[in-house]
Amino acid sequence: MVRRRGAAAAGTSMVVAALALTSCAQGTGDEGADVDFSADGSPSGELSVMGFGTGDEIGEVRYDRATQDLEGVDVRLAEGELDIQAFLSAVASGNPPDLVYANRDQIGTFASRDAILPLDECVDAEGVDLDAFVDTAVEQVTFDGSVYGIPEFNQVQVTMANADLLSAAGLTVDDVNGSDRDAVTAANEALMRTAGGTLSVIGFDSKLPEFLPLWAKAAGADLLSEDGRTAQLDAPEVVEALEWAVGIYDAQGGFPAVKTYRDSADFFGAGNQFATGVLGAMPMEQWYINVLNESSPDAPMAFDAVRTPGGDAIAFASGSAWAVPRGSENPAAACRFARLMTETDAWVQAAQARADARAQDGLVFTGVLTGNEEADEQIRADLVPDDAPQPWQDAIDAMYEANDATFALPANPADNEFETAWQDAVNRVLNGQQEPADALAQAQDEAQQALDDAWARWDEED
Amino acid sequence: MTTPVAPALPTPATGGSREAPVRRRRARPSPSERRERNAALRFISPWIVGFVVFTAWPILYSAYLSLTDYDVINDPTFVGLDNYREMAQDPKVALSLWNTLVYTVVQVPLYTVVALALALLLNQAARSAGFFRTAFFIPKMTPPVAVGVLLLLLFNGQYGIVNEVLSWVGIQGPSWTTDQDWIKPGLVLISLWTVGSAVIILLAALRNVPNDLYDAARVDGAGFWRRTRAVTVPMISGALFFVVVINTIAGFQMFTEAYSAYFGAGNSTYRNDTALFYVIYLFQEGFQELHMGYASALAWLLFVVIMLVTVVQLVVSRRLVYYEGEQR
Repeated sequence: MVRRRGAAAAGTSMVVAALALTSCAQGTGDEGADVDFSADGSPSGELSVMGFGTGDEIGEVRYDRATQDLEGVDVRLAEGELDIQAFLSAVASGNPPDLVYANRDQIGTFASRDAILPLDECVDAEGVDLDAFVDTAVEQVTFDGSVYGIPEFNQVQVTMANADLLSAAGLTVDDVNGSDRDAVTAANEALMRTAGGTLSVIGFDSKLPEFLPLWAKAAGADLLSEDGRTAQLDAPEVVEALEWAVGIYDAQGGFPAVKTYRDSADFFGAGNQFATGVLGAMPMEQWYINVLNESSPDAPMAFDAVRTPGGDAIAFASGSAWAVPRGSENPAAACRFARLMTETDAWVQAAQARADARAQDGLVFTGVLTGNEEADEQIRADLVPDDAPQPWQDAIDAMYEANDATFALPANPADNEFETAWQDAVNRVLNGQQEPADALAQAQDEAQQALDDAWARWDEED
Repeated sequence: MTTPVAPALPTPATGGSREAPVRRRRARPSPSERRERNAALRFISPWIVGFVVFTAWPILYSAYLSLTDYDVINDPTFVGLDNYREMAQDPKVALSLWNTLVYTVVQVPLYTVVALALALLLNQAARSAGFFRTAFFIPKMTPPVAVGVLLLLLFNGQYGIVNEVLSWVGIQGPSWTTDQDWIKPGLVLISLWTVGSAVIILLAALRNVPNDLYDAARVDGAGFWRRTRAVTVPMISGALFFVVVINTIAGFQMFTEAYSAYFGAGNSTYRNDTALFYVIYLFQEGFQELHMGYASALAWLLFVVIMLVTVVQLVVSRRLVYYEGEQR
């Protein structure tokens, strides 16, 4: 009797375990296969938004405007950066937010895993003019021929330099804008200083690992093929770019020495590395112009775009995008909200608010790169000064020039693995563990394997 | 040297004879015993439910996931032992295990010795003991993420206070946070920030050592070191063993401090493999690369490693650890 009861209990436990195991594996199934993005009349109901923050006037004005326009919709915003794990778990459990705000380089992965919906119908229903957006921004949210996100913001790089240090070394910003690698190498050695065996002035910071794509592209190479399927990390131009950029650090005692010194700077404060004269030059995203303008308006700065050997401006674009998760319960409102946040009028109103705020503080409004070309043009024409005091006018000009010359890595289903592969390669070189050619050869294998696996999965499902 | 063996004691069941033991049927519980048992079960049922839902079930489910290809969103696909085969060929598994092992082997003895030294010092303090006990424990309240940031501040090669202090005695400190030879030593040293909790445990054990043992040792002419080695350490070996086991497990699970210092927001692109501990790699695979099946397999390998190490420690402890009242 006891034995039989034990056997029954064991059997029941196994059945329960098996049921539980299989029931937990829900997946996304075919949810959202027929999604209606068109709101007949006005959208209504609830709209939960994840990943966006109204941290400044650019966010606040657009958000207020969008929520006012969506009068019948109860918009619920979970402020803060997108928590990928929370988001994906919510999608997997069938209870996703209605709209998410993600980095553009995450869109390919989300799309390939069916976590977000194609927005082609949303674009049609809301009359979103994709031609008005920056081309590379649209490319980043386009996966396998479909648009999966409405892009916003554009981050670009600008050359920033300490004019006093340049002048003392008999140099100009042209020597550090990347157009002539030998000139940058020479400028680095002329600008750097050591005191008591340790670095006291960083000559040039080539900003590895993050800017390898920039240096490679400036030399004419893309890390990834246009269709997002083939890694090109071991191309000779990429190897040369890495060798050169690492050489900049080696000439200053190695990357650890430069990073240690770089980390000691008051990056966002009045004692930043340009204001204190401990950094010669570096490429940096354009938002840092505003930081410098606010924290150290009198710092002796010089600005230019980053340039190719041919003298053309070049910048590696990144930014954000609105995406609608699979299983969204209010796709029509989500689509309308994304359109309202990214349309030209929203950006212009937000830029006006920022321009007013900066004027009140006696600061220069240096513009905002929206990812929407039409908005960029209007903001620059109407709100950005064309006679700002130097060096800020040069900064504004460099930023807009860079914005017109961007490139981006195409969306692909292995965004993260690909990025990890090349960044790990650069890190191995920076840490003295491998030579550039070997590190990139290894990264090529790792990245290609990840891409092949991910595309195979996608092609199979498709 | 032989270990003295206590003589076998006659058991009540056998009365010391060689007769086969008699199996007795357990008496049926009385109604009051049953009521008591049911009441006890009701009282502990919230814990049982919590344990099943939040501990037992995830453990069981992760074992299943370790046999699947699972990206968090789509259905897991059964792949048998593929994840375990892949682990055998993944150089990052070996690297992260090695990093974790080296860290644990260095950190645990150092942490224990420092904790013991501080506890011995504190044991000498009379009136001020309470103040120092609190002072030692307060750093333990620091969130681990803050400890990671603290590491970057204290150990910065250029302006960190550690190198500043070293320079007072003519030593030029290394680049603790960027030089791969010094990253692990830096992490080991910053782990001492939370040594206070072990100090409190060891101090409590020290307070329980009978004074007459010290008196006897003194009469025999034993000095401080001799008394510490022959009386103190054996008498608190149970507490020492506890500290060692707990820290070994924590060492194998090292994550937050290293992650926030070397893989967090300030280092979103720059990473140093020297700080790639096993749980960090597990986290990256599971939550960044979305290879949750593979991450589950990694978790089970870690479980097996920790279990084996703990079993070895338990076996070794039988020869080295003395518990009060124990007969040898």
